Amino acid sequence: MMAGIRLAGAQTLLRKEILRFWNVGFQTVAAPVLTAIMYLLIFGHVLENKVQVFEGVGYTSFLIPGLVMMSVLQNAFANSSSSLVQSKVTGNLVFLLVSPLSHWAWFVGYVGASVVRGLAVGAGVFIVTVWFAPPSFAQPLWILVFAALGAGMLGALGLIAGLWADKFDQMAAFQNFIIMPMTFLSGVFYSMHSLPPFWLQASHLNPFFYMIDGFRHGFFGVSDVSPWISLGVVGTAFVVVSAIALRLLKAGYKIRP
Amino acid sequence: MPAVSFQQVEKTYTGARGTLRALAGVSFDIAQGEFFGLLGPNGAGKTTLISILAGLTRPTAGRVTVMGHDVQRDEAAARKSLGIVPQELVFDPFFSVREALRIQSGYFGVRRNEAWIDELLAELGLADKADANMRQLSGGMKRRVLVAQALVHRPPVIVLDEPTAGVDVELRQTLWAFIARLNHEGHTVLLTTHYLEEAEALCHRIGMLKQGQLVALDRTANLLSATASTMLRFKTDQALPAALAPLARITGRIVQLKAHDAAEVERQLAMLREAGVKIEDLEIGRADLEDVFVEIMRSGAPMAAPSAAPVAAPAVAA
Repeated sequence: MMAGIRLAGAQTLLRKEILRFWNVGFQTVAAPVLTAIMYLLIFGHVLENKVQVFEGVGYTSFLIPGLVMMSVLQNAFANSSSSLVQSKVTGNLVFLLVSPLSHWAWFVGYVGASVVRGLAVGAGVFIVTVWFAPPSFAQPLWILVFAALGAGMLGALGLIAGLWADKFDQMAAFQNFIIMPMTFLSGVFYSMHSLPPFWLQASHLNPFFYMIDGFRHGFFGVSDVSPWISLGVVGTAFVVVSAIALRLLKAGYKIRP
Repeated sequence: MPAVSFQQVEKTYTGARGTLRALAGVSFDIAQGEFFGLLGPNGAGKTTLISILAGLTRPTAGRVTVMGHDVQRDEAAARKSLGIVPQELVFDPFFSVREALRIQSGYFGVRRNEAWIDELLAELGLADKADANMRQLSGGMKRRVLVAQALVHRPPVIVLDEPTAGVDVELRQTLWAFIARLNHEGHTVLLTTHYLEEAEALCHRIGMLKQGQLVALDRTANLLSATASTMLRFKTDQALPAALAPLARITGRIVQLKAHDAAEVERQLAMLREAGVKIEDLEIGRADLEDVFVEIMRSGAPMAAPSAAPVAAPAVAA
């Protein structure tokens, strides 16, 4: 019976978190799709005939999976982090705090909704980009695995950031100084092999690089590193970040002083 | 088993500007079925104590149980036994009233709760607002939703933290009628309020906090009879004689003077007559809880040990 109650609680929080962004879908789903299309139009147009990345893959085709994954990651992060900070600032987090939900239920609710939003925006971006270049699905299972794992990790990271931040500007700093550089320097817009040696080495320390590289492998069947290595790195990063998020939730870090 | 038990609860806040001792070892029990009032001036520690009870804050030392469940070690069971109406007027702007209640119900693992949700909406005068978005509600309506949210899982213990602050007369009456009904049906109620007439009318027993310590704990009737029980009330435009002024509570033209017995009343009247103070609308009444409160806050020393045992409410068949 206890297990049933816990399941119902986690499901309710997941549903509520999904409804939360869906009720304002224009801002949480449509807007990021438009942003990604802007990147595609500008970079694709300017660089299409100037940059060769993989053999036989046009620049626009190369760019699309990168943009899709970037949208997945940024929106997964934005969902859990902004929901938590908003609830903290407005005080309605108290409804969750007085509930018997376990730290696992919080994790499932917040990270699950982040994954749903990340995938929804990613799918939206992908559907629109079909007009710009014919899609290819060399190994579709990799696409799903990396999208889900990447969104999960960013959702968990957003949970940590949301617990840590007391105000919206702290949240913005986290996003601008950590999330944005890591996504932009991860190979969304270029192949690692076009980088000078130092930056090539540095990029290999960035877990976001493996998310995008593995994701892209699913489309083209070629990538900078083996998708199995990427899976190992991204899987480990997901487990580590989730473990930290669960610990902070259990300790009531900044939410149960 | 008491409904709520506070055992040597301490809370010290440590911040950049030093430390603040919000609770300095508070102990008392609330029996099942009791209607208990927790009173004290702002900053006395009432909300801190309730936050610890609800698991919103952790105590620095001590132990709190709800229906026998430790709020820290067995938090899920403790929180399920508790329904809290928070002091702040908070709401989730993304949902309608009914959605907010369904969500809160789901957090507590209660599915298919529509019948009770409908009853709560009707009892609290929210039926016609069920599908309105939370943002569209007035302050009083939002307060009603907070009460409904606290009761959605039918908790045996109900905690109301200043529920009538800034609330109109109609809601106060609706709310108290409903809470009194729940209390008769066996729910335990813990109330903090600034309206002392509410506490006097509703609470079986009262605890008073001052600077993080319990300074009074007794049945409401005993508290009222223990202190100076007679009160002389009159109106005047003139200053009181120097001997009487410090004893008086003055509200505009209205003067209230405490007296222990008839002889003291006579002496006070004689002093007024000798000083030539003209008085109108003289009446002699019993002291109310406000008088007791003022007296205890003025003089109250921390209680060595709680002496008054909790008294269960007269059981009324539900």
